[in-house]
Amino acid sequence: MNGIVALYIFMLAAFTGYEVIAKVPVILHTPLMSGSNFVHGIVLVGAMVALGNATTPLEKSIGFIGVLLAAGNAVGGYAVTERMLEMFKSSGARGKGGGSKGGGDKDGGDKDGGAKDGGAKGTH
Amino acid sequence: MDGYFSAAALIQASYLLTAFLFIMGLKRMSSPVTARSGILWAGAGMLLATLATFFYPGISNFPLIIIAVLIGSVIAWVSGRRVAMTDIPQMIALYNGMGGGAAAAIAAVELYRGEQHSTAGTTLAVVGGIIGAVSFSGSLIAFAKLQGLIRKSLRFGGQQLLNLLVLAAALLLGGLVASGVMATPAAVTGLFAAALLLGLSMTLPIGGADMPVVISLYNALTGLAVAFEGFVLDNAAMIIAGTVVGSAGTLLTQLMARAMNRSLGNVLFSGFGDTGTAAAGTAIAGSMKPIEAADVGVMMAFAQKVIIVPGYGMAVAQAQHKVWELCQLLIDRGVSVRFAIHPVAGRMPGHMNVLLAEAGVPYDLIADLDEINAEFETADVALIIGANDVVNPAARNDKSSPIYGMPILNADKAKNVIVIKRGQGAGFSGIENALFYLDNTRMLYGDGQAAVSALIAAVKSV
Repeated sequence: MNGIVALYIFMLAAFTGYEVIAKVPVILHTPLMSGSNFVHGIVLVGAMVALGNATTPLEKSIGFIGVLLAAGNAVGGYAVTERMLEMFKSSGARGKGGGSKGGGDKDGGDKDGGAKDGGAKGTH
Repeated sequence: MDGYFSAAALIQASYLLTAFLFIMGLKRMSSPVTARSGILWAGAGMLLATLATFFYPGISNFPLIIIAVLIGSVIAWVSGRRVAMTDIPQMIALYNGMGGGAAAAIAAVELYRGEQHSTAGTTLAVVGGIIGAVSFSGSLIAFAKLQGLIRKSLRFGGQQLLNLLVLAAALLLGGLVASGVMATPAAVTGLFAAALLLGLSMTLPIGGADMPVVISLYNALTGLAVAFEGFVLDNAAMIIAGTVVGSAGTLLTQLMARAMNRSLGNVLFSGFGDTGTAAAGTAIAGSMKPIEAADVGVMMAFAQKVIIVPGYGMAVAQAQHKVWELCQLLIDRGVSVRFAIHPVAGRMPGHMNVLLAEAGVPYDLIADLDEINAEFETADVALIIGANDVVNPAARNDKSSPIYGMPILNADKAKNVIVIKRGQGAGFSGIENALFYLDNTRMLYGDGQAAVSALIAAVKSV
């Protein structure tokens, strides 16, 4: 890759990253940090290439550790982020993840939630 | 040769698609409505890039690669699925440290191989390697602190000077390696040793309460290290994903520091952030007035509006499920119930939202400080469970208090304030809470979970 092109990519990606999360609510700070933590797990791709190019035992050992760590970053980051985000539900979806409530109340809960959803949107 | 070129083109195309999926995924993750699909998009991108890389031209050692991927994945998957939601912050630190370590490992392999990059390439490998190694050892310390493995914050005179010296050593060795003056394996080893030491000595003095900001910073640094190693390997997916995380992470670090009412420089260099160091403030007149669960039950059942203020203590007592059960009873009686979350509730900004979501609380019932503060005046009951400093009115009106100036939830403005508390002592921070002594405040003593169970029984019997 041409050096100046790489710098353009760097600059545009930096602006993109800033803009993409510029208006994130506090409610999502923890999952979003975990999610961006997952995204830099792409280092796995580079670690695989580095280990794939390694020749001496020292290079292979370091490369092996690198791939192992990178896989841990990607998979672990995905696992915790997905677990957290899966739990975020609005009132409309309450019956599904609601825990202690019986199925009989589900319909009432949903209607109730729909109304509140609208209200919550209004206040933002 | 034809196969070679088509493989390269296929890989480039899949990396492009991966970059698109990552950016869209992050975009979707920044709204609660679409967040779940966001991580799925990003996950698909990661899977695609990883599979495509197996066809990377000229690489070998496939058995080693597959074994390493399997070991790393299985360990991380099992730990990530099992970890309790209260321990999420340290797991993020751990996985982030692994990413930083991987970036440093790439740099190490490339530097030990030597003489295969331009000066610019070697320089970027060195800088990315240093940043990655700092992020690796620093994140491990952050993990150990949050996990309770390291309880003390190591501080001594001249600490900042030592950090500067170690940084200078790393940069000097890095300069020698990158310029080719002394590109020996020994210099490369020394370079990484200095960088790892820097991560340790930078992070050890920082107190546990400030760790979320530090983890967020290391998250951004790992992103940057990944981007730099992407330049070295000529890998656009790494450059884009790493840079996006680097800048998004920097912004997130600033937002978190602001939410915790600290500046980043203050967190990194002041050696503050340990709770329990300063317990001062004006002595409070009056007494705490106890109340029975049955009375609270009646009060809440006939209220029009109830606001719950949860703190980390609620999660430690594992009371969030019971709290939500109580709220559902109240909602069914027609009571308007909302949760008020202070930015620093939980172990990191947004952590309490995760804990409530785990219990099944819909996110639209959860309000943050700016949104809810005006509503306390019209609330019949404010129920405080496991929160302390974030509802202490001393932050508003007692200039001698250590927390003076911190934004708080105005729970004291509610008509009735009920505080669920284990005993009469001061809280975690050691600061006396003026709220507990107010005329409209009643104390419901007991373990969080037991107290809320008693409230559920009381509401049911109304």
